[in-house]
Amino acid sequence: MNELIQDSKVTSFVEFLPKTKLPFNNELLLKASDVLKSIDFPTTRTEAWKYTRLGRIAAIPTREQIARAGKNLSREFINANFQISNNGLTFVFENGIFRSDLSSGEFPKGATIKPLTGCTKEELATVGQSIPLENELFNSMNTVYAIDGMSIVIEDKTIIEEPIQFIHLLTGKNTVANLRNFIHIGKFAKAEIMQSFFALDAENSFANSITEINVSENAHLIVNKLQCEAEGNFHVSTEQVDQAKDATFTINTFTLDGTFVRNNLNISVNGVNATTNLNGAYILNKQQHVDNHTCVDHRAPHCNSNELYKGVIDNKATAVFNGKVFVRKDAQKINAFQSNANVLLSDFSTVNSKPELEIYADDVKCSHGSTTGQLDEEAVFYLRARGISDRSARNLMVEAFIGQVLEKIENEALLKFTQEKLNKRFNWESIVE
Amino acid sequence: MGYTENELAKDLENQEYKFGFVTNIASDKAPKGLNEDIIRFISSKKNEPEWLLEHRLKAFSIWKEMTEPEWAHVHYEKPNFQDITYYSAPKQTKKYESWDDVDPELKETMAKLGISMEEQQRLTGVAVDFVMDSVSVATSFKSKLKELGIIFCSFSEAVQEYPDLVKKHMGTVVPVTDNFYAALNSAVFTDGSFCYIPKGVRCPMELSTYFRINEGGTGQFERTLVVADEGSYVSYLEGCTAPQRDENQLHAAVVELIALDNAEIKYSTVQNWYPGDKEGKGGVFNFVTKRGICEKNAKISWTQVETGSAVTWKYPSCILKGDHSIGEFYSVAVTNNFQQADTGTKMIHLGKHTKSTIISKGISAGKSQNSYRGLVQIHKNAEHARNFSQCDSLLMTDECGAHTFPYIECKNSTAKIEHEATTSKIGEDQIFYCLQRGISEEKAISLIVNGYCKEVLNQLPMEFAVEAQKLLAISLEGSVG
Repeated sequence: MNELIQDSKVTSFVEFLPKTKLPFNNELLLKASDVLKSIDFPTTRTEAWKYTRLGRIAAIPTREQIARAGKNLSREFINANFQISNNGLTFVFENGIFRSDLSSGEFPKGATIKPLTGCTKEELATVGQSIPLENELFNSMNTVYAIDGMSIVIEDKTIIEEPIQFIHLLTGKNTVANLRNFIHIGKFAKAEIMQSFFALDAENSFANSITEINVSENAHLIVNKLQCEAEGNFHVSTEQVDQAKDATFTINTFTLDGTFVRNNLNISVNGVNATTNLNGAYILNKQQHVDNHTCVDHRAPHCNSNELYKGVIDNKATAVFNGKVFVRKDAQKINAFQSNANVLLSDFSTVNSKPELEIYADDVKCSHGSTTGQLDEEAVFYLRARGISDRSARNLMVEAFIGQVLEKIENEALLKFTQEKLNKRFNWESIVE
Repeated sequence: MGYTENELAKDLENQEYKFGFVTNIASDKAPKGLNEDIIRFISSKKNEPEWLLEHRLKAFSIWKEMTEPEWAHVHYEKPNFQDITYYSAPKQTKKYESWDDVDPELKETMAKLGISMEEQQRLTGVAVDFVMDSVSVATSFKSKLKELGIIFCSFSEAVQEYPDLVKKHMGTVVPVTDNFYAALNSAVFTDGSFCYIPKGVRCPMELSTYFRINEGGTGQFERTLVVADEGSYVSYLEGCTAPQRDENQLHAAVVELIALDNAEIKYSTVQNWYPGDKEGKGGVFNFVTKRGICEKNAKISWTQVETGSAVTWKYPSCILKGDHSIGEFYSVAVTNNFQQADTGTKMIHLGKHTKSTIISKGISAGKSQNSYRGLVQIHKNAEHARNFSQCDSLLMTDECGAHTFPYIECKNSTAKIEHEATTSKIGEDQIFYCLQRGISEEKAISLIVNGYCKEVLNQLPMEFAVEAQKLLAISLEGSVG
């Protein structure tokens, strides 16, 4: 048993949250609630939270949360504002609660897709097995207070052509939404998932999302994550990925908005000959704080992983990058590459970068690079000499810088959606003529 | 059959510590344990002024409140601080008038270490301060340095003769509250070296200190303070060895460098403490705090070749306080058998137009763990700061580990920071290339390892570069060099 903490902020934080109604394994629930009783919000003394303060999340008066689903919205409104691709399945969640009235699309063959609330205990038996709970506040909180989420099981040898979209909306004030998703891709199957997060008239609200992903042998999965929660809202998301042999997994994370965003990306490569791609872009403004933690754990030999994270930081924003490549003993012939590049646009912006390599096998090629700098004044001058305004020149260069990550997007609808968002934000349209 | 990497690995394992002799010199020891009385004992033995005793006691009271750091990527049994002898001095502590007066056995020790004083005095012009266990035993070339106004002496001598200088600078770079081992050192340090270069003087020779732990069950806590006054230059060398013992010996040193306006300090270390045997038994725990502060236009350059110690915990750092100051860090760290090293640097950019360069080369063999841990911090007002870091690791066997933990913190938008790290083993294509040109596999590996470290070895002063290369060869014997 863990020692109980008196006056823990966690206790008062979770006191008014409704306990999960999902049929999770009892042991899991017991363990998670034990953890919640024994820990407090991590401080900057905890290595994993060294650059990220959680005070503002801890201070959300959860007692006063005015929330719950039921905001009067139409399907057309969703389509017009949040839907990225008009093809395929779209699921809408409001504060973690499934809104069937707003969801659309046809269910593809060879896949079982339903909200977790509709699953039986047997179907959820494996949920939470790979999620570490010990000392993990947000994982434990999510387990005990999970509201809903999606369960996607793609059968073997099934190819889902159209992306499956989740749209998570935060509404209301002081809302806490614990979202839980479970994705299983069968052998030789292929799918693409888009997860987008938005806030709609939300204030001081917090989304805590966990997605458990299981990519089987020879399967192929792309996850696109778009984080656009409006100012004044908080987001912590965790992806726990297990990759089997010959599997390919790609995740693209785009952080465009939201006062506080923390991404935990844990990828465990368990089988040989697997490929892992992690791409990320963060474009920060105002007082945003974005913290990307990634960990690629190579447990099997003959694998490749590529990681590219780029960020533009303006105003008083702060970006944190902590990428870890872990190569276990006997996981030989690993090629792991990691790159993080940052551009600071303002004197008040901050970057903390910590790329890590931890390697216990000798026949590997691993490298990482991290750069922090500013736009090249000579290049700005070059453009200005050709009649482009200072502002446009800088925007053009920022666009080109981020473009390297955007290029990785295969889905055209998503690329268009992201670019439109960025154009709106940076007024990029003015450049193109 | 060619020489394979497996054979190399075997050779590495079997290679023995060459400096593992014990010198039988009667020594003056304090009883084991650590308390205020021991500190008073050390202080009175050294005939120290009251302020220094107070400084020690203050450090001790702070140390008692501290806990040992655990964040480093090393595992070891924590030393029992009550089971260590904090003062052990070779008995003849009388000062030698001339080199001839020195105990012949001691001379022999030095000869075994390859620092025959006569030779060095005559041939290389290196001034050596030799610190055995805790006490400085001989300093050469003193009179010649004195003519230039350079002070180079043992720390205790400096306390007696230049108390103002010591009082003014000691603890300004590494305060007693800095960390667990620095606080311990501040409480119980016994000797070390002190060096002062006056304004505008360029020290004509390399200054060198040799540290050696001799007595069993002792810890070595030395303190080095180098002050380079405005516009001066000094190159300082430091070497370390210890006898072979089954127990773990503790070495917790503090090195403070102060480079005033336009001054330059070059500090080179060849660390070859006893690394323990093949089974990982014994060896020195090397927990060292080294830091330098640069004023305007000043430059501090750290170069280290780390081949010894069972556990190394060492981060020579630069605080770039003055505008246009420069910090450099060049390191080769070799670990073998069960050695563990967690080493790197901190570059703290405070001034405008400050520059720093970090080149770190790690070589892990046997079952060792070798980590680079570094911090580059650009503060808000450090405009146009520039940093370049490169950390490469070479893995020799499949049982060792190489890790990189860089921390990069930037709060200024005019800064340019680059960091890159690679981890790999010696490429088969590289060896193949050499073989094709008639170079044997053994020679090829040697060539590649030497080439790999060249960037750092080139930074060492000539005399040391030779020794460092020798050490590298010994550490990776049978294959390289």
